[in-house]
Amino acid sequence: MTHGSDVLVIGAGVIGAATAYFAARQGLSVTVLDKGLPASGTSSACEGNILVSDKELGPELELTRYSLGVWHHDLEEHKKLWEFDSKGGIIVASRESSLASLHRVMAVQKSYGVDVEELDQSALRDAEPHISPEALGGASYREDCQVQPMLVAAHLVRLATEAGARFIADCPVSGFLGSGPDGGRVTGVRTPRGDFPAGAVVNCTGTWAGELAAMAGVEVPVLPRRGFVIVTEPLPAMIRHKVYAAEYIDNVGSSDAGLQASPVVEGTPAGSILIGSSRERVGFDRTVSTAALGLLARNATALFPFLKDVKAIRHYHGFRPYCPDHLPVIGHDDRAPGLWHAAGHEGAGIGLSAGTGKLLAQALAGLTPDMDLSPFAPARFSAPGKHTPVHREEATA
Amino acid sequence: MSTVVTVDVAVVGAGPAGLAAAVAATETGARVAVVDAGNQPGGQFWRHAPETGNPGTADVQPHGHHGWSTYLDLRARFDAARSAGRITYLPGLQVWMAQHSGDAFVLRTTAAVASSGATPATVAADRLVLCPGGYDRQLPIPGWDLPGVMAAGGIQAFIKANGVLPGKRFVIAGTGPFLLPVAAGIAEAGGKVLAVLESSSPSAWLPHLRAAAGVPGKALEGMAYAAVFARHRIPYRTRNIVTEILGTDRAEGVRTARVDAAGRVRPGTARTYADVDVVGFGWGFTPQLELPVSLGVETRLDADGSLVGIVDERQQSSVPGLYLAGEVTGVGGATLAVLEGLAAGAAAARPESDVPVKQPAAIARHRRFAQAMHHAHPVPAAWQDWLSPDTTVCRCEEVTAGEITEARDQLGARDIRSLKSFTRAGMGWCQGRVCGFASACLSAGPGQMPDAGSLASSAKRPLAAPVGIGELAAQDG
Amino acid sequence: MNTQPVTISFDGRPLAAAAGQSVGAALASQGITAWRSTRKGGKPRGLFCGIGVCFDCLVTVDGEPNQRACLVEACDGMEVEGS
Ligand SMILES: Cc1cc2nc3c(=O)[nH]c(=O)nc-3n(C[C@H](O)[C@H](O)[C@H](O)COP(=O)(O)OP(=O)(O)OC[C@H]3O[C@@H](n4cnc5c(N)ncnc54)[C@H](O)[C@@H]3O)c2cc1C
Ligand SMILES: Cc1cc2nc3c(=O)[nH]c(=O)nc-3n(C[C@H](O)[C@H](O)[C@H](O)COP(=O)(O)OP(=O)(O)OC[C@H]3O[C@@H](n4cnc5c(N)ncnc54)[C@H](O)[C@@H]3O)c2cc1C
Ligand code: FES
Repeated sequence: MTHGSDVLVIGAGVIGAATAYFAARQGLSVTVLDKGLPASGTSSACEGNILVSDKELGPELELTRYSLGVWHHDLEEHKKLWEFDSKGGIIVASRESSLASLHRVMAVQKSYGVDVEELDQSALRDAEPHISPEALGGASYREDCQVQPMLVAAHLVRLATEAGARFIADCPVSGFLGSGPDGGRVTGVRTPRGDFPAGAVVNCTGTWAGELAAMAGVEVPVLPRRGFVIVTEPLPAMIRHKVYAAEYIDNVGSSDAGLQASPVVEGTPAGSILIGSSRERVGFDRTVSTAALGLLARNATALFPFLKDVKAIRHYHGFRPYCPDHLPVIGHDDRAPGLWHAAGHEGAGIGLSAGTGKLLAQALAGLTPDMDLSPFAPARFSAPGKHTPVHREEATA
Repeated sequence: MSTVVTVDVAVVGAGPAGLAAAVAATETGARVAVVDAGNQPGGQFWRHAPETGNPGTADVQPHGHHGWSTYLDLRARFDAARSAGRITYLPGLQVWMAQHSGDAFVLRTTAAVASSGATPATVAADRLVLCPGGYDRQLPIPGWDLPGVMAAGGIQAFIKANGVLPGKRFVIAGTGPFLLPVAAGIAEAGGKVLAVLESSSPSAWLPHLRAAAGVPGKALEGMAYAAVFARHRIPYRTRNIVTEILGTDRAEGVRTARVDAAGRVRPGTARTYADVDVVGFGWGFTPQLELPVSLGVETRLDADGSLVGIVDERQQSSVPGLYLAGEVTGVGGATLAVLEGLAAGAAAARPESDVPVKQPAAIARHRRFAQAMHHAHPVPAAWQDWLSPDTTVCRCEEVTAGEITEARDQLGARDIRSLKSFTRAGMGWCQGRVCGFASACLSAGPGQMPDAGSLASSAKRPLAAPVGIGELAAQDG
Repeated sequence: MNTQPVTISFDGRPLAAAAGQSVGAALASQGITAWRSTRKGGKPRGLFCGIGVCFDCLVTVDGEPNQRACLVEACDGMEVEGS
C-alpha cells in the first residue's frame, strides 16, 4: 500500500466510529482499522446512557453538554438507527444525608445551566410508580437520554464508509511507521496485513490505548475498571426513566479499588430491565463475581422492590477505560508528532463519543475546535507532578 | 445463603450419562451429589411418567424405551446409594452458575419450577462431572413459529411423560435416525403420522457402513422401527423437506419438496399435506455447552457441526477435575452416554488411580457409529435458501431472516456476537438456545456452517438458567 | 401411568387433567395449542421444545408469571392463565 489516508483511525468502538464519521464528513480521507469487528470492545459491554446528571463540573460537564448538542443536531437524522430515546434520568435519595447532598449538587448544577428539577416524594412516585416507599425524594434530569451503543458504533462506521471512509476489520495494529525511541514523526501503522501510511494516526483503542501509545514510545495511562450489568426477563414497562441512587454520584469518580455498586436501573425498548453497574479495579479479570451480582441485585431491589420477584436471564461485564484523573485523553500528542488520541472516557464514552468525534475531526482538519481541548491534552501525563489526580468533590463517570 | 452440600464429586444431570456417573462414582467410594432439573431421574431418553403415587418404577415404562433394563439397573444402584446416604439427590433444581474457585467447584441452583417446592442448595465439590445433555437442533422454516410446530424430541418427551399426544395428525421432518423412534412412538400411542421427511438419503450411509456395522444393537433398533412403520403405514420419504408450514393461527398443513444432496429444492416437486395439526422438526441435537464453556473447557467442532467439549480417555476435560459425559462430548445416543458416564464417574471418584477405563473399545465403537451417523445426516448445506426474508429466526425476540442478513451485509455482523448486539437475535428468554445454530450459520454467510469460535460465543451464557433477582441478592461471595 | 383426574382452571375455565401431567400437556390434549402472544408481533405461541429450553410456553401459574407450561405439573385447583 503506497497511497496513504489523511487520517487513520485505530479502533472501531464508539469513539473511533464517531471520529471516523466526523473526519470523513470534514472531507478528509479516512481509514479505520479494528482488530475485530465494529463494537467488539467495551462499546458492546456497557449501557447506553448519555448522562448530564452525574458529571463533574468543569471540562467534563462542558464536553458532555457539547456532545449532547451533537447528538441532537448533527446526528438528528440518524437517531432512529440507534434507538435514541430522550427518556430523562431520575436520581433518588433514600437517606436524609444523601438527599441533602443531592440538593447541594442540584443547586450547583442549576447555576451551570443544567436542566434539573427537584422531585418531592409524591412527584417522585408520579414519575416512577414502582419506586420503593423508602425513597425520600429525587431530582429529575430531562436532558439525560439513551442510545443502543453497538448500533451507534456499527452505523457510524457504515455512514463513515458512505462518506468515503474505508473500514478494515480483523486488522490489528502492531506498530507505528516513523516513530522510534527517539520520537520521530508517526507516519502510519504496521499491521499483519501490511503498512498503512497516513497523515495523522488516531488512537481510539479504549482500554488498549496505553498499549498502543507505548508502541509509539509515549505514556498514556489508561486502565480498566470492571463493571457488571444484570439483564432481566422482558417485562411490560415498569420503569420509565433511568433511575439511580444518589450514592452513585459518589462512586463514579472514586478511585477506591474495592467493589462498589450503586444501582442504575432502567427499562429498554426490548422490555428487559438493565441493572448496572458495579465498579471495581481488578485489571482485566473476566471471572464472574457473584459478590458483584449480589450487590447489584440488593441495591436494585432496594430502589424497586418488585424486582426481587423478577428473573435475571443474563449478565455481562465490560472494562471502562479510565485515566488516573478521570478525564479522557483527546487531542494531538505533542510528544509523538502525527499521533493523536481519543481514549479513556471511562463510564461516559458512549455519551461523549459524538462530541469527541466532532471536536477531533475539526482539529484534524486544521480548524479551531468548537471547544478548548487543552484539559484533555495527552501530554498532561508527561510532566512529573502533573500526574497526580486532581481532587474531585463530586465526580466523573 | 442457601444450604451448602459438600461432597467429593458433584454431577449435573440425571440422564443416562449423569445417572451412570453418579452410580460409578459412589461405587468407587466417593460421596456424590446429583443436581438435575427434572423431578425424577431419567433425563431426555429415559423420561417417563411421574412416579409420584406409583409404588415401583418398572410399571411406568411407556412406549419405545430401548435400554429400559439398563435404566432399571442403574436406578436400583442409584436408589440404594441414596438410601445409604452416599448420594445426595437434588431434583427439580437448575444450576444457574458453576464456578471454579481455588480447588473446589461450586454450583449455584434455583428451582426449575417456582411452585415445585424444590429448595435451592449450593453444592461444593472437589470434582465435577457435567452431563447436561442437549436439545433438538432447529432450523427456521417459514411458518415454524406457528403453534402446533414442535421439536421432534419434544413431541416424544411429551408422549413419554404425559401418556397423551399433543395432536392427532403429524408430519415429522428433519434429518437423522432419531426421527424414526419419534414417529414410531406417535403411531404406537395412537397418532396418525402422515409422513416422515428425511432430507438425506440412505445412500449417504454407504461410505460409512463399516463404522455403522460395529454397533449391531443399532441395526436391531432400526428393524424394530421398520416393523412399526410397516404396521402403521408410515411413509418414509428421503431427500424431502418441509418448505413451509401453512396456517394462520396454528399449523394446518405443510408444503414439502424434494431436494438434491446439498438440500437445494428441486423445482416442480412441491406437494401439500392438508389437515396436519402437529409438525415435528429435528436436525440432530445441540449439546448444552454453557456450563462447560463458563468453566473454560476447551471445545471443538464435532462431525455434526455441533460444539462439544474435548475430553481425554478418562472423560476429563482441559480443566483438571472437571469431567464431561454424554451429549456434551459429542451427540452419540444413550448407550454411549451411559458408557461415558461410567468412565467419568469412576475417574472423578479416584482421579489419581490409573485403573483403566471400562469398555474403552465399546466407547470407541459407539463414537465411530455416531460419526458415521453425523456424516450421513448433515444439516443440508443449502438450508438458508429455504428462508424468506420475513421468516422468524429468533423466536423470542422475533428477529427475521431479512433483519439478520441486513445486519450481516450492511453492518458487518459476520459473527454471532455482533449479530446478537445489532439485531437482538439470541437475546431473549431462551438466550439463543433455539436460534443459536441457525443465526451462527446466517452470520457466516450463505452456504456456510459456523466455526467453533462462533458457536462458542453463542454458547456463552453467563446465567445457565434464569434466576430471581431476589435470589441473586442473597449472594454475598 | 398415573391417571388420577384433577381439575385445573385455564383463564377461569375448568379443565380436566391427569395428576402429574404437565400443564402444557393438559392444555394441548384439550386442543388448546396457544396461550400466549408475543410482545412484538402479537403472535400466538404454545409448546415448542417440550423440555424447558425454549420458553415459548410461558403461563402464569397461581399468580406466578412466566412459568414453563411444559415443566409445571398440573395439580388439583391450580389456576393457569395465558398472557
Ligand atoms: C458496565 C459498563 C457500563 C457502561 N455504561 C455506560 C453508559 O451508560 N454511558 C456511557 O456513556 N458509557 C458507559 N460505559 C463506558 C463506555 O462503554 C466506554 O467509555 C466506551 O465504550 C469506550 O469506547 P471506545 O471506543 O473508547 O473503546 P472500545 O469500545 O473498547 O473500542 C476500542 C476498539 O479498539 C480496538 N483495538 C484495540 N487494540 C487494537 C489494535 N491493536 N489494532 C486495532 N484495533 C484495536 C478494539 O478491538 C475495540 O473495538 C460503560 C462501561 C461499562 C464497562
Ligand atoms: C427431547 C429429547 C428426546 C430424546 N429422545 C431420545 C430417544 O428417544 N432415543 C434416543 O436414542 N435419543 C433420544 N434423545 C437423545 C438423548 O439426548 C440422548 O440419547 C441421551 O439422553 C443423552 O443422555 P445425557 O445423559 O447426555 O443427557 P440427557 O438425557 O439430556 O440428560 C441431561 C439432564 O441434565 C439436566 N440438566 C441440563 N442442564 C442442567 C442444569 N443447568 N441444571 C440442572 N440440570 C440440568 C437435564 O434436565 C437432563 O435431565 C432425546 C433428546 C431430547 C432432547
Ligand atoms: S415448550 Fe419449550 S420451554 Fe416449554
